[in-house]
Amino acid sequence: MIHNYKRAIQDIRDHRFLNAVTIITIAISILIVSAFALFFVNANEIINSWKKGIKIMVYLKPDTPETKISELIRKIQHMDGIRDVRFISKNEAFQELKKQMKRQSSLFENLKENPLPDAFEIRLKISFQNQEKVEILATRLESFPQVDEVEYGQRWLGQFTNFFNLFRLTGYAMGGLFFMAALLIVANTIRLVLYSRRDEVEIMRLVGATDSFIKAPFYIQGLIQGAFGGIIGLAALFVGFLLLSSSMERGISPGLFTIRFLSPGAFCGIILGSTFVGWIACYLSLKQFFK
Amino acid sequence: MIDGQNKSSIIRLFHVHKNYGAKKALANITLDISKNELLFISGPSGAGKTTLLKLLYLGEEVSEGQVLIEGINLSRISHNRIPFLRRKFGIIFQDYKLIPTKTVFNNVAIVLEATGKKRRFIEKKVKSILRTVGMEETLHSLPPSLSGGEQQRIAFARAVVGDPKIILADEPTGNLDEVSADIILELLKRFHTRGATVIIATHDKELIRKTGGRVIHLNQGYMQKTINV
Repeated sequence: MIHNYKRAIQDIRDHRFLNAVTIITIAISILIVSAFALFFVNANEIINSWKKGIKIMVYLKPDTPETKISELIRKIQHMDGIRDVRFISKNEAFQELKKQMKRQSSLFENLKENPLPDAFEIRLKISFQNQEKVEILATRLESFPQVDEVEYGQRWLGQFTNFFNLFRLTGYAMGGLFFMAALLIVANTIRLVLYSRRDEVEIMRLVGATDSFIKAPFYIQGLIQGAFGGIIGLAALFVGFLLLSSSMERGISPGLFTIRFLSPGAFCGIILGSTFVGWIACYLSLKQFFK
Repeated sequence: MIDGQNKSSIIRLFHVHKNYGAKKALANITLDISKNELLFISGPSGAGKTTLLKLLYLGEEVSEGQVLIEGINLSRISHNRIPFLRRKFGIIFQDYKLIPTKTVFNNVAIVLEATGKKRRFIEKKVKSILRTVGMEETLHSLPPSLSGGEQQRIAFARAVVGDPKIILADEPTGNLDEVSADIILELLKRFHTRGATVIIATHDKELIRKTGGRVIHLNQGYMQKTINV
């Protein structure tokens, strides 16, 4: 194994240019794929922050006694998918409305009594923030006799869920396409390397070298090229990220969200992925070359 | 008869034909080559000399007939066993077939590396064989920096470093001046004396006259005559 590793290093030294071309090809492919991943990670984060805003408003019937309200709070809190329940009394709601409509304060002067109902503001766990589950939950809340009306932005939630699913599906499809493109480009580059060394391979065969002996350093080279290509691609992405992120954050409402770089786990995953690309591209090229 | 083996024969050919499309390269060759024999395959260009050598190390497959190497029928050998068959041979090619990007040492060492020999053994053996062919000074040189005669001596060193039972030489002196050709010839004789079976394909009658041995003459793929010089 050590001997094969030394042969691979020697081969890289002997064919610096071709190896550099392969590493640069992998680096560019990884740069494209990881830039895409970075975009999706951040877009996902923004969407998740929007999803946290999904809430159900439960309006109670007039004159519901306090004991019933406390009992209802307890029951709702014990339901699946509930993260937080806040009781908003009709007075509290009225004061809040007044605050929001300061310029139209004259409207409230003629009111003889508070027209707003007591209500609950319910926030959901992330796993329950989809249309189907919200609908089920709303139906259950409506079944309580003290509940007059349940509101959860049905149309908006439906559109949002569809958009998010489409977004996620597009992400997977694009990621898959870029992965395939990277794989084919690298396999082609390695095939060119093999083609340029076909005489050498033929000579090795003629002197009695087995196919596995000939292939071993190519595989090691594939792994090294993949890993180096991945590191260079991610380094280029990081530099681009530093240059763009600050100006982007200034451009969009500051403090609304933070643009993040890939997590250490994703970073390691991409390096492993690029190493795998190097190996599998090598495998495909060698398989065809040794047919 | 085909699966049996004459004890003194190392190579046997039975009614061997080789065609390239409609062109007949070899026709009905039947031949026994004994252990430690020195055999010349002579004939003009295009007679089928190189093709005959290629059939022995499976550089080409026969179109018809059987080739046996030490009793192994090459028509029945599995793909995985071909490298092991080739290790029985030391092959000297007319165009040397050295790897231009590898040093002389690495070009010769490759044969031993392929058989999994230890690094220390490889260094010792390669240096020793390069001393034998008078090329120990070129250890770190690249083949393109050497003359044709020097490259042929490196190719010879590579052919014999694995102590092969059979040495195949295809026009070994074809591109060389008289001095370099004599050196190669002497080396071939020396390894023949040490016990190797040596098969030389050549059209050089002077080389055959100087060396002596059995000569088979090919013409347009047919074996015309066998003589002892």
